Amino acid sequence: MTRLYGSRGWIALAAFSAALLIVVPLLALAVPAGNPFHLSEYWVSLAGKFLCYAIVAVAMDLVWGYAGILSLGHGLFFALGGYAMGMYLMRQIGLDGVYHRPLPDFMVFLDWKAYPWYWSFTEHFLYAAALVVLVPGLLAFVFGWFAFRSRIKGVYFSIITQALTYAAMLLFFRNETGFGGNNGFTDFKRILGFPIATLDMRVVLYALSAAALLGTLLLGRWLVTSKFGRVLAAIRDAEQRVMFCGYDTEHYKLFVWTLSAVLCGIAGALYVPQVGIINPSEMSPANSIEVAIWVAVGGRGTLAGAVIGAALVNGAKSFFTQEFPDIWLYFLGLLFILVTLFMPRGVMGLLGRRKTA
Amino acid sequence: MSDASVGHLVGAQQPDATHGVVLYLEGISVSFDGFKALNALSLAIDAGELRCVIGPNGAGKTTMMDVITGKTRPDEGTVFFGQTIDLARLTEAQIAQTGIGRKFQKPTIFEQHSVFENLELAMKADKRVRSTLFARLNSEERDRIAAMIERVGLAGAADRTAGLLSHGQKQWLEIGMLLMQEPRLLLLDEPVAGMSDDETERTAELFLTLAGRHSLVVVEHDMAFIARIARKVTVLHEGSVLAEGPLDTVQGDPRVIEVYLGR
Repeated sequence: MTRLYGSRGWIALAAFSAALLIVVPLLALAVPAGNPFHLSEYWVSLAGKFLCYAIVAVAMDLVWGYAGILSLGHGLFFALGGYAMGMYLMRQIGLDGVYHRPLPDFMVFLDWKAYPWYWSFTEHFLYAAALVVLVPGLLAFVFGWFAFRSRIKGVYFSIITQALTYAAMLLFFRNETGFGGNNGFTDFKRILGFPIATLDMRVVLYALSAAALLGTLLLGRWLVTSKFGRVLAAIRDAEQRVMFCGYDTEHYKLFVWTLSAVLCGIAGALYVPQVGIINPSEMSPANSIEVAIWVAVGGRGTLAGAVIGAALVNGAKSFFTQEFPDIWLYFLGLLFILVTLFMPRGVMGLLGRRKTA
Repeated sequence: MSDASVGHLVGAQQPDATHGVVLYLEGISVSFDGFKALNALSLAIDAGELRCVIGPNGAGKTTMMDVITGKTRPDEGTVFFGQTIDLARLTEAQIAQTGIGRKFQKPTIFEQHSVFENLELAMKADKRVRSTLFARLNSEERDRIAAMIERVGLAGAADRTAGLLSHGQKQWLEIGMLLMQEPRLLLLDEPVAGMSDDETERTAELFLTLAGRHSLVVVEHDMAFIARIARKVTVLHEGSVLAEGPLDTVQGDPRVIEVYLGR
């Protein structure tokens, strides 16, 4: 009952890990360019991007699939982690910007003479890495503390999270906020002094994302198979009974909510150097809603389902936005309706697995 | 006043019932949009007592339980558990930790969890987040859960998903969950609703064995069941106590007859 995985689960996880950590790097580095099996920078970065999305999907599943809290603002935590890493990457540009000045181009453009105070120390990688965790974590903690204490639930909670990410997006769109306005951060040159746009660095970033996803999956699995996970699922199904059993459900929700936000922040920090840009559109409500669709498609309450859903929907998105850009949103909407109506347990439900909650 | 009145307690707090009374309600009033659900209700339950509460619909029976368990805050009046614990200052979870268990009118169990897991989650333990993260059942705890499964008549159903149980079995599982909490006081809202005669009889036997070590407050409409278990009966009407005493006396009270039969 409290085992992490059964033997089949361990085999599936090992195969997945091997594919991520061995096969892809080999195809990129050991197979020469020109060979049809060679993976170019583009494909490695695309795969890395998908892995970051998968981390967000697992984080979302922990709060929605297990604790029953539907967040429509998870893109905010992802973007904040991305911006924290982006600040460091902007610092790494040094004098190589368009204006060859010690400030980022957008600050020169605004005629600013020095970094604003909240950019202090962001030239240090470890400090920026701490921000990646602390900023989304603190925001989620404070927001969650008020929301759960006030017993805001269900659709009301979802709408407030949606408003929160929308408000943050408007704030980040302003040039005066000091994060590059609607252009955000881009044109990164280096990370830790190494050039960022090489195949080797792409593979390193990809491998870090893969390790982060596997770590997230194991942590999530440990949580949901523990007594804590059973309490979470009980809160989802009958919160009042959980309270009358003597559990302070606010603390449980706050813990998993904050953890989920931190995981999203880490995913965002890995995402930004791979796609080479972060801007406020990552905070748009539509992005956060998409995260919920990934989880619904894959199957709520199964962590593997979240990964599968993120991969399927984003794969479809890459295909449609290249081949039929006009119908992508219709397809996404239709997909969500069909899954809700006919596949309440998503792809994992179709696979006929026993529910793991 | 003890620490309990400050509202910080983590489960070790025990009610002080040295004066023989485990629960006091005094002058409790609750109104919803002008409707007085409870009207200066006063009630005292002795340690080890089995008290039946009856009354027509809307008399305030469920609201009274809501006030005791912290779901509803009284507009006026005081609720004390033992001599020292002011329930009006505690959250639902804290009240449960001091030793008050509640069974709802509609059986409320964790439908997606197994019978075993339902009892595991209810079992008396340190229920803070950190302890729960690292909690592992030891063999003594497993035995206790197994014994409870036997006791509530669910032998062989430990791994069954609770949502698949019959209505009566769910009622029993919920009672089993309450007992796993090892409460001093049990509040039972219509515990035999939907049970077969056989199940009702076994429930009556169970309650009679529980009285003494636990205090029980039973709200029920089934008068045959009340007659089977009742020692002292309280009749609620329009949010306050109309009559109190042995069942025969109460049933013969002309005011009670009027309330039940109309004029």
